[in-house]
Amino acid sequence: MSVADVAIVGAGAVGCAMARRFALEGARVILLERGADLLSGASKGNSAILHTGFDAPPGSVELQCMQDGYAEYLEIRDSFNLPLLETGAMVVAWTEGERAALDGIEAQARKNGVSNVRRLSAGEIRSREPNLSTRALEAVLVPGEHVIDPWSPFLAYLLQAKNHDAEVFFNTEVLSGSFDGSSWALKTTSGEHRARTVINCAGLFGDRLDARLLGAASFQIKPRKGQFVVFDKAASKLFSSIILPVPSERTKGVVLTRTIFGNVLVGPTAEEQEDRERATVDTETLKSLAAKAAEIVPGLAGMDVTAVYAGLRPATEEKSYRIAVHEDRNWITVGGIRSTGLTASLGIARHVYKLYAKLGNEHQAVASPITPRVPNLAEHLARDWQAPGFGEIVCHCEMVTLREIERALSGALPAGDFGGLRRRTRCGMGRCQGFYCNAQLATLTAGCFGSPLAVGDAA
Amino acid sequence: MSGPFDVRSADVLIVGAGPAGLSAATRLRQLGVAKVIVVDREQQGGGIPRHCGHPPFGMREFGRVLTGPAYARKLVERAVHAGVDLQLGCSVVSIDCSDGDLVVACATNRGALTVTAKRIVIATGVRERPRSARLLGGDRPLGILNTGALQEYVYLERLAPFRRPLIVGTELVALSSLLTCRKIGARPVAMIEAGSHSTVRRASMALPRLLGVPVRYETEIVDIEGRRRVEAVTVRARDGRVDTIDCDGVLLTGCFRPEAALARTAGLEIDTGSGGPAIDQFARTSEPRIFAAGNVLHPVDTAGWSWREGRKVGEFVAQDLAGKLPDAKPAIKLTAGPGIRYVVPQRLVPGEGGFENLQLRADNDVSSGLVAYEGNALIRKQALSTGPERRILAPTSAFAGARGDVTISIDGEEKTSNRSGSECV
Ligand SMILES: Cc1cc2nc3c(=O)[nH]c(=O)nc-3n(C[C@H](O)[C@H](O)[C@H](O)COP(=O)(O)OP(=O)(O)OC[C@H]3O[C@@H](n4cnc5c(N)ncnc54)[C@H](O)[C@@H]3O)c2cc1C
Ligand SMILES: Cc1cc2nc3c(=O)[nH]c(=O)nc-3n(C[C@H](O)[C@H](O)[C@H](O)COP(=O)(O)OP(=O)(O)OC[C@H]3O[C@@H](n4cnc5c(N)ncnc54)[C@H](O)[C@@H]3O)c2cc1C
Repeated sequence: MSVADVAIVGAGAVGCAMARRFALEGARVILLERGADLLSGASKGNSAILHTGFDAPPGSVELQCMQDGYAEYLEIRDSFNLPLLETGAMVVAWTEGERAALDGIEAQARKNGVSNVRRLSAGEIRSREPNLSTRALEAVLVPGEHVIDPWSPFLAYLLQAKNHDAEVFFNTEVLSGSFDGSSWALKTTSGEHRARTVINCAGLFGDRLDARLLGAASFQIKPRKGQFVVFDKAASKLFSSIILPVPSERTKGVVLTRTIFGNVLVGPTAEEQEDRERATVDTETLKSLAAKAAEIVPGLAGMDVTAVYAGLRPATEEKSYRIAVHEDRNWITVGGIRSTGLTASLGIARHVYKLYAKLGNEHQAVASPITPRVPNLAEHLARDWQAPGFGEIVCHCEMVTLREIERALSGALPAGDFGGLRRRTRCGMGRCQGFYCNAQLATLTAGCFGSPLAVGDAA
Repeated sequence: MSGPFDVRSADVLIVGAGPAGLSAATRLRQLGVAKVIVVDREQQGGGIPRHCGHPPFGMREFGRVLTGPAYARKLVERAVHAGVDLQLGCSVVSIDCSDGDLVVACATNRGALTVTAKRIVIATGVRERPRSARLLGGDRPLGILNTGALQEYVYLERLAPFRRPLIVGTELVALSSLLTCRKIGARPVAMIEAGSHSTVRRASMALPRLLGVPVRYETEIVDIEGRRRVEAVTVRARDGRVDTIDCDGVLLTGCFRPEAALARTAGLEIDTGSGGPAIDQFARTSEPRIFAAGNVLHPVDTAGWSWREGRKVGEFVAQDLAGKLPDAKPAIKLTAGPGIRYVVPQRLVPGEGGFENLQLRADNDVSSGLVAYEGNALIRKQALSTGPERRILAPTSAFAGARGDVTISIDGEEKTSNRSGSECV
């Protein structure tokens, strides 16, 4: 069996960006993922905000990775056809207590190099966001906070990695492994894989993987759930900026934002739990989120709910990223990428490549990278249905075409399950949640997924 | 959108080829309106009945009992025979209501189609409320669907989405789903209902009994479990008893919502009670050149009713094209008061003609009656015994004399200020 230069474990946001970076640097990469598709873990449900790092801990690795990731995303996004919704954000003070915290927030932003922040008076808030509750006292404007597509970037990165000879294995869980002093033999649910270096990007299972293969983990994952409510597209006319609360010790708090798909999102909660797999929603919390949204933008009262979901943050007992190099074992752990991984992923990948190179690893970087363009899912840019020859529109709420479905089911990284198809196309994500299209999708995807939509024939 | 591949003009453009849209179109042609186009985003005309594989459809329209698909085909044939231009696979994405003709943008496989029309009828129907909008808790695995999707699996795709579903709700559509399940050999594990009795009349509940499907009242879902596919559902009874039921699907029935996205995009006033566009007694929306017909106005009614209403609206549109409708302004408002979910039409203009009846729905069971107040003056009282989701009619003529806005309530509830309506979940 051939030995890869690196085995990356986990095809979440971090693993996909990592695979791209290492492939571009010329390493022979294998990516091992236990799910049937990329983004099956923590990365499938988040707020989709590209953060400036204005509120990150000054001087931290996290801040550095966020800002590098932010810059690289802006630099490469056009070539991959990745969208950006330039919303800006307002950190809004609703109470005098919160207002007192704004000075500190502004100062920290400047310290973090985000120097274009500025104060908005109640009047300025109103003229920017006339539909915001009049209870808003004052705000810090952070013009650089933007909204992105939470899924397509990672498809793009992984496609590029594949273009440069990375091999991707789904339904492949790393169970155990042995290190012979120069390379690892990894036992997985789909056979053995060999690589000189292992990069643990296992997200919610990062500590378990360390424990299984290194014998001990230096941190412990404490999953923190975030629930969300998504409102109908009609809601997106009500405001434009991301509305952030003044954060507390534990979380950034509940955010109200437009999504790149033309909806409005409120969430996430921050709920600690033991379970690393189940990200359930519950009625009471969803109701309170919807009520919270209507407190911020009164026009959202009674607005139709399109979707609800929850994601699990791979938090640990500490706030900081848990990136560790185990030099003697050719092993790098990239753990605890809690709540900023979407933004930071490209930066984390650069950071980790540097750590890897410091271990004495050297490769010949790819001279002229091939950049695959991914289908656009953003509502404010041209969609597939706007160009003739799409066959038919399958999902009417999100205007997803047969041509898009067929493409997502073929090619270099076909969807591995229904969630993967939804993330590649938006099908079934709209206001009817499959009332009109789910059955046709069952036919179109027959034979494609390990977990099919239909359990059998009608007869 | 890139430049249109085709530009057409019409006297009337109808959006939606369901019973309401097709009957309006057919009637318009019968009344001599020259250019009537019906567009539908599906590849087949006929609307919801396309996938209602069960009878009875068509008594009123064709004088015999048909299954939904046969009925849908006959409606299409009749419209085409009458000279209606039916465009399928054609999604209306926007309506521009500025001065001059109405301009409608459609997406089709061949490219953008622009239709300019003198009048438009929106007949986009209803759907059921999905899991998300009901804010149900739990995991989000495969196997949670509405009856519409189940019918499409069974009657259009010949597939089974589950074998042992839990059925939520006891509207008529829930009973029809029992028959659809039978068709694929699926055995529902139970039916649950949040209320203390069925939404359909008690006699109809003989069907689940006959099929051996237990029915639990005052019961709601608290959790849905399943990693990939539904594995179990936890329910809670009103007395607090919690119980986990093994099943491989959840069928969410009823809780109908108008498919009003287009009406909303076009900027039409939407009635929060019905969820559909607000109209006057001639079916004119807040943009008087745009009419609406069928279930998009009133969740939910039968195909036969929608068909009959479509026919009526076809007549109103023809009258309007001939300059024979009264002005759309001034109008008085009809408002749903306590106990009433919605009133359609929501506006009355002075003048003869229009719908003979107002259509209303109550929030809960009613045994008292209906009262209508113009300001503080009681202008009508009507005995009423009915339940939620049942059609209530009140003669439009009874309100013809009103000079100011009218509020219609359930007798005895009109004094309580807040609405008692139980939200459907
Ligand atoms: C509610 C919420 C809101 C958020 N909002 C934002 C935001 O607005 N902006 C932002 O920048 N970030 C945000 N984040 C953070 C971001 O989503 C995470 O930081 C990021 O997704 C973490 O990615 P990951 O690759 O580390 O983990 P994961 O996505 O969990 O990836 C790990 C992968 O490893 C696989 N795996 C695990 N064990 C094994 C094994 N033994 N063998 C093989 N494969 C294995 C898993 O299946 C999984 O796919 C948010 C997160 C949450 C939960
Ligand atoms: C699941 C379900 C089961 C039902 N079962 C029965 C039953 O057994 N018996 C009964 O009498 N009634 C039943 N009904 C009620 C049903 O609504 C009526 O029978 C009837 O279909 C209403 O007719 P309609 O013309 O108003 O709307 P629909 O039949 O719903 O037709 C609306 C049409 O508009 C089209 N459309 C929507 N938006 C657009 C757009 N933007 N562009 C282009 N086209 C568009 C749709 O594709 C659709 O074809 C059921 C309803 C549902 C949802």
